[in-house]
Amino acid sequence: MDLFLLLKAFLVGGIICAIGQVLIDYTKLTPARILVSYVVLGVILGGIGLYQPLIDFAGAGATIPLTGFGATLAKGVREAVSSDGLFGAFTGGLTASAGGITVAIIAALLAGLLCKSSEKS
Amino acid sequence: MTKQEYAQWTQEESPKSKGPMNILKAFVFGGGICAIGQLLVFFYQSRGAGELGFVFASLSLVVLSAVLTGLNVYDNIAKHAGAGTLVPITGFANSMVSAAMEFKTEGYILGLGAKMFSIAGPVIVYGVSASVIYGIILVLFG
Amino acid sequence: MAKRIGNKTLILSSSPSIIGYAAVGAKKEKQGPLSGYFDLLSDDSSFGQKTWEKAETHMQKTAIELALQKCNTQKDQIDFLFAGDLLNQCISSAYASRDMLIPFFGLYGACSTMSESLCLASMFVDTGLGQRCLAATSSHFCSAERQFRFPLEYGGQRTPTAQWTVTGSGACVVAPSVQAPFIRAVTVGTVQDLGITDINNMGAAMAPAAAKTLCQFFSDTRTRPEDYDMILTGDLGFVGSRLLERLMQAEGYPMAKLHNDCGLMIYDRKKQDVHAGGSGCGCAASVLCSFILPQIACQRLKNVLFLATGALMSPTSTQQGESIPGIAHLVYLSSTPNPKEVIC
Repeated sequence: MDLFLLLKAFLVGGIICAIGQVLIDYTKLTPARILVSYVVLGVILGGIGLYQPLIDFAGAGATIPLTGFGATLAKGVREAVSSDGLFGAFTGGLTASAGGITVAIIAALLAGLLCKSSEKS
Repeated sequence: MTKQEYAQWTQEESPKSKGPMNILKAFVFGGGICAIGQLLVFFYQSRGAGELGFVFASLSLVVLSAVLTGLNVYDNIAKHAGAGTLVPITGFANSMVSAAMEFKTEGYILGLGAKMFSIAGPVIVYGVSASVIYGIILVLFG
Repeated sequence: MAKRIGNKTLILSSSPSIIGYAAVGAKKEKQGPLSGYFDLLSDDSSFGQKTWEKAETHMQKTAIELALQKCNTQKDQIDFLFAGDLLNQCISSAYASRDMLIPFFGLYGACSTMSESLCLASMFVDTGLGQRCLAATSSHFCSAERQFRFPLEYGGQRTPTAQWTVTGSGACVVAPSVQAPFIRAVTVGTVQDLGITDINNMGAAMAPAAAKTLCQFFSDTRTRPEDYDMILTGDLGFVGSRLLERLMQAEGYPMAKLHNDCGLMIYDRKKQDVHAGGSGCGCAASVLCSFILPQIACQRLKNVLFLATGALMSPTSTQQGESIPGIAHLVYLSSTPNPKEVIC
């Protein structure tokens, strides 16, 4: 096990989240807007090729934050466009992220069926 | 009293967020979730998952987040962690699971089924849209 | 018969009495400093119901029934019920009165509804349109949260200026003058908006409305803050209370020592993690009906100005970028009726 990579994942992931906290506390951005911004930013960074080096450097520290979700969309589109052309621009994003979205949908469905929200303490 | 003056007074009287402490907590919790993700990547890769290890790690965290949300625990962690539990993929899962649990009282179709996406929907909409624009740019100029 | 003085204040010459009142709360209210004064506190915030909306309905119904019981009044003796809550289309109140067969006015004044309903009930009694009128409101943390904010299990962080919606309900039976507490005057508030757009800072949005109504009342009645034992606002919370005191100071009515706020009284702000304090229709209603009215009844408090304050936005107006208008209605409660010379 690569402990150094683990440390880098912690640091990079932590910094990406800390930037989110700065945006919440010091700007008028709501959490939903921040999530949308992070995904779009991930698409842009992934598109111009800046995100993959970060993944190579920090592993899960770059893939777990939502920017990683955006980078996955961009990567999927890039691969699909190179194999299918214009059609790939429309299929690549969701194809690459299908696993995550589907698991989240199924998890939400099951939790919705089985669990009940409770009052906050 | 003008609106500007009142905005000034409001700012003076409103307590500030505990800035550095909040940011530190977001850093520790967010970093912690990513480190758990990296441990999962190591685990899956040791079982021969290769590059897919990253995907499996994300999916495992989505399931973990759903379980913690279902057990009414996630919001209690998030109260302290702030962006630390919002920004990772676990926050995305929590927004869907919490909405599904909350709105099932309005039925399984228009309650649970529709409102599951009330917070996560925009993330998918704008993420996918941005990726399509990127794809078109690739086709035109790539 | 009510008499208008000054510009917007109505002196209720007959000084109607609040003959019965009750407050109901839930778990968090039970942990708060006023727990000993409530008529009923449920450890189960769902009140044994399947949905939070049903829980709120049940809670409001319970408060009304307890208030009626405490003054030995039957439902068919009530001429009008004035009730409201925070939920869309005021469902808690409408459903609570579904089986009561009391002529019903549904009100929406956001968190100002307790003083709005009390104003109307006392005006109806004072003018003889009703012999006994009920005023009731409720709010429920869980039903308000899912309508105005996020799902309960959503991992969001509250800002330091955010307030905690009280799970509580209060009901008052107003009847012709017999005993303290008396309602001596009311001032119906005007909608005020000084441009606050942050829905996590409702106290700041409502404070100007409270200041406006208070100044109106003082100038109409030619009285000053010192003439009263307590000026009690509904749910301005920590930030709104400070702003109200500053606004009143600037208007020449310093009142910081006389002012208290239901949102600051119902919870222990330090221990209960409620940030700027309590809020919601049920905040002002339950504090009034549990803690304040008994003290007026036993003469410990003599003259109290009660102003429940409301923020009149909706999720729609907020998302469309509108600022938050506020309103505050004033009810002058006293341990003694209006003197004779005012009546003629």
